[in-house]
Amino acid sequence: MTDALISVTVDGQDVRVGPGVTLLTAIAQAGINTPTLCYDPVMRPVNVCRVCVVELQGSRALVPACSRIAENGMQVLTDSPRVRQARRVVLELLGSSVDTSTAPDLRRFSVDYEAHPERFGDVQRVEQPVRADDNELYVRDYGKCILCYKCVQACGEEAQFTFAIGVAGRGFEAHIDTGYDAPLPESPCVYCGNCVAVCPTGALMGRKEWDLRNENAWKPEEQTIEDTICPYCGVGCGLRVTAQDERVVKVESPRDHPVTRGFLCVKGRFGYDFVNRRP
Amino acid sequence: MAASNYLLARCGVVEPTSLAEYASHGGLAGLRRALEIGPARVVEEVTTSGLVGRGGAAFPTGRKWAGLAAAAAPKYVICNADESEPGTFKDRKLMEEDPFAILEAMVIAGFAVGANTGYVYIRGEYPLATRRIERAAAALREQGWLGPSVGGSGFAFDVEVRRGGGAYICGEETALMNSIEGRRGEPRSKPPFPTERGLFSRPTLINNVETLANVPLIVARGGEWFSSIGVPGLVGPKLFCLSGHVKRPGVYEVPGGAPLRELLEEHAGGVVGPDFQAVLLGGAAGTYVTPEQFDTPLDYQSLRAIGGSIGSGAIIAFNTTVDIWDMVRRFAEFFAEESCGQCVPCRVGTVRQVEVLHRLDASMRREGDRELLVDIGQAMTSASICGLGQTAAAQVLSALDRFPLPVGAHR
Repeated sequence: MTDALISVTVDGQDVRVGPGVTLLTAIAQAGINTPTLCYDPVMRPVNVCRVCVVELQGSRALVPACSRIAENGMQVLTDSPRVRQARRVVLELLGSSVDTSTAPDLRRFSVDYEAHPERFGDVQRVEQPVRADDNELYVRDYGKCILCYKCVQACGEEAQFTFAIGVAGRGFEAHIDTGYDAPLPESPCVYCGNCVAVCPTGALMGRKEWDLRNENAWKPEEQTIEDTICPYCGVGCGLRVTAQDERVVKVESPRDHPVTRGFLCVKGRFGYDFVNRRP
Repeated sequence: MAASNYLLARCGVVEPTSLAEYASHGGLAGLRRALEIGPARVVEEVTTSGLVGRGGAAFPTGRKWAGLAAAAAPKYVICNADESEPGTFKDRKLMEEDPFAILEAMVIAGFAVGANTGYVYIRGEYPLATRRIERAAAALREQGWLGPSVGGSGFAFDVEVRRGGGAYICGEETALMNSIEGRRGEPRSKPPFPTERGLFSRPTLINNVETLANVPLIVARGGEWFSSIGVPGLVGPKLFCLSGHVKRPGVYEVPGGAPLRELLEEHAGGVVGPDFQAVLLGGAAGTYVTPEQFDTPLDYQSLRAIGGSIGSGAIIAFNTTVDIWDMVRRFAEFFAEESCGQCVPCRVGTVRQVEVLHRLDASMRREGDRELLVDIGQAMTSASICGLGQTAAAQVLSALDRFPLPVGAHR
């Protein structure tokens, strides 16, 4: 089987991977971390954020590691000046456009790549009203949205097949939309919250977390996290329950859970209030 | 003056709605010969001709065709007629004045690569071109040159006309395919290339209007004949669109390798106003060329040597009265308007470019703004998904190379 393997050189290191594998995997195999924002291991790569770009010998432009399939003999540079420059500017462009206060990965990469979004000066930012009141389950604060398309994917072909949201508008005005900006209850949304689960910036957030954060009462250091099984139906989805002050404040499913891959339904994700109602 | 009159031979000469006039002026000769010699030899002729794509990327047409001919059916042929590059109007002229030639070329292409369906994707703002192509298709259908048995050969081919909705990005080949499929006009990631996975996820041949216009000539007269026109760096006849400060703006045909000065002075009649300051070569996604470079031959290699490119074939001339930084900003605004918004470098980079260009005059400029433009431009060029983002900074970077920053308030 050895000859079926594909040989790729990553920063001078020879790496062998199976056929159909992405450069991101090959690079990881070389022990090198690649920053990603729009990439999600359980969804097809859309390669729009461009922070994972690498230099591929023979290619004029940089290529996205997350989606480019490894080919025999490829020579890849992941930390060349050109790669670092592109990643830094991309992070600066994002940081100068949106509120990154609840986007830990974006903030961490910005430190790693010495990004200084403030150097653009007085700039246009993504300004959108927070949609907090059209439903009780989750909040949409698109001033934090980096348009990674993950929510659209999770709502559509990659998980839920509901297609309640899409991208509307063009250029800097491009944004996530329910269709003519309809309030969620008037959209096809089924409140599975899978969009919330995949959002990397906190632009989509469970209502409880949003309220606690606003009251300055979201205290990760005082929270406990337990894994359990959803009590509702017979599928047996794995749940990861976050509690604070002995109250459930958030329910997720582990992204590496073999059944759910992190996706749940409305009951599993949001139907936990009964737990908090003790006599 | 080097004359070349192949692509425009019928333009303004024949009645563009008359198939009979088309046929009596050399029309259908290419298709007739194609049906005689068979698909493999048609691909051979196109390969021998040395024709490269005229949409801007200059990919060898024969190689594209050969790739598609080897792919599994069903497959499609698309004519990219979404000509939207500022300063570019050659495809419009071809479609309006010689529409049968484009359709003939598509039938030849379909025959050569084994496709039975073609799409003509025409820019929405080209209503006359759309009508002319539609009428020409109807006439060809009536005479049996489109339909279940092209020219009685048993080969089935027909075309569908699609109109663009006004987005520049839909001229990008994969965004165009998304648009035909009814999806949002966003470019796809390449690879896979359209020859492998294109329209409706099937192998697809997509060629620009001007590229296709060469095909009937090549097949009728042979690839050898075609390759004797022009220079190695640009084989065959080439159309250029002259606009701006020239006395006779218009579409001109020259053999590949004609010097830029010849087009400006002889064909377009020279400068309007004092003197040429520069031309923007290749459209908004192109680069500025200044008078001391006007003797450069218009071929891919010579232009690469001066950091230029033929791009869409647009030559926009500016005389010395033009505030060049104002032009730079306006072209930058065009890209900010037309970015689809999919990837970060283009969606945000085009906006940041405009913001810096707005404050470029000496009174408002911040220290480091020049470096900032270079930084943004390099990242857009390196990291954007498609040709739009990868070239949207070209004119800014080229202006920084060639023109001093404004010294006083420039507006």
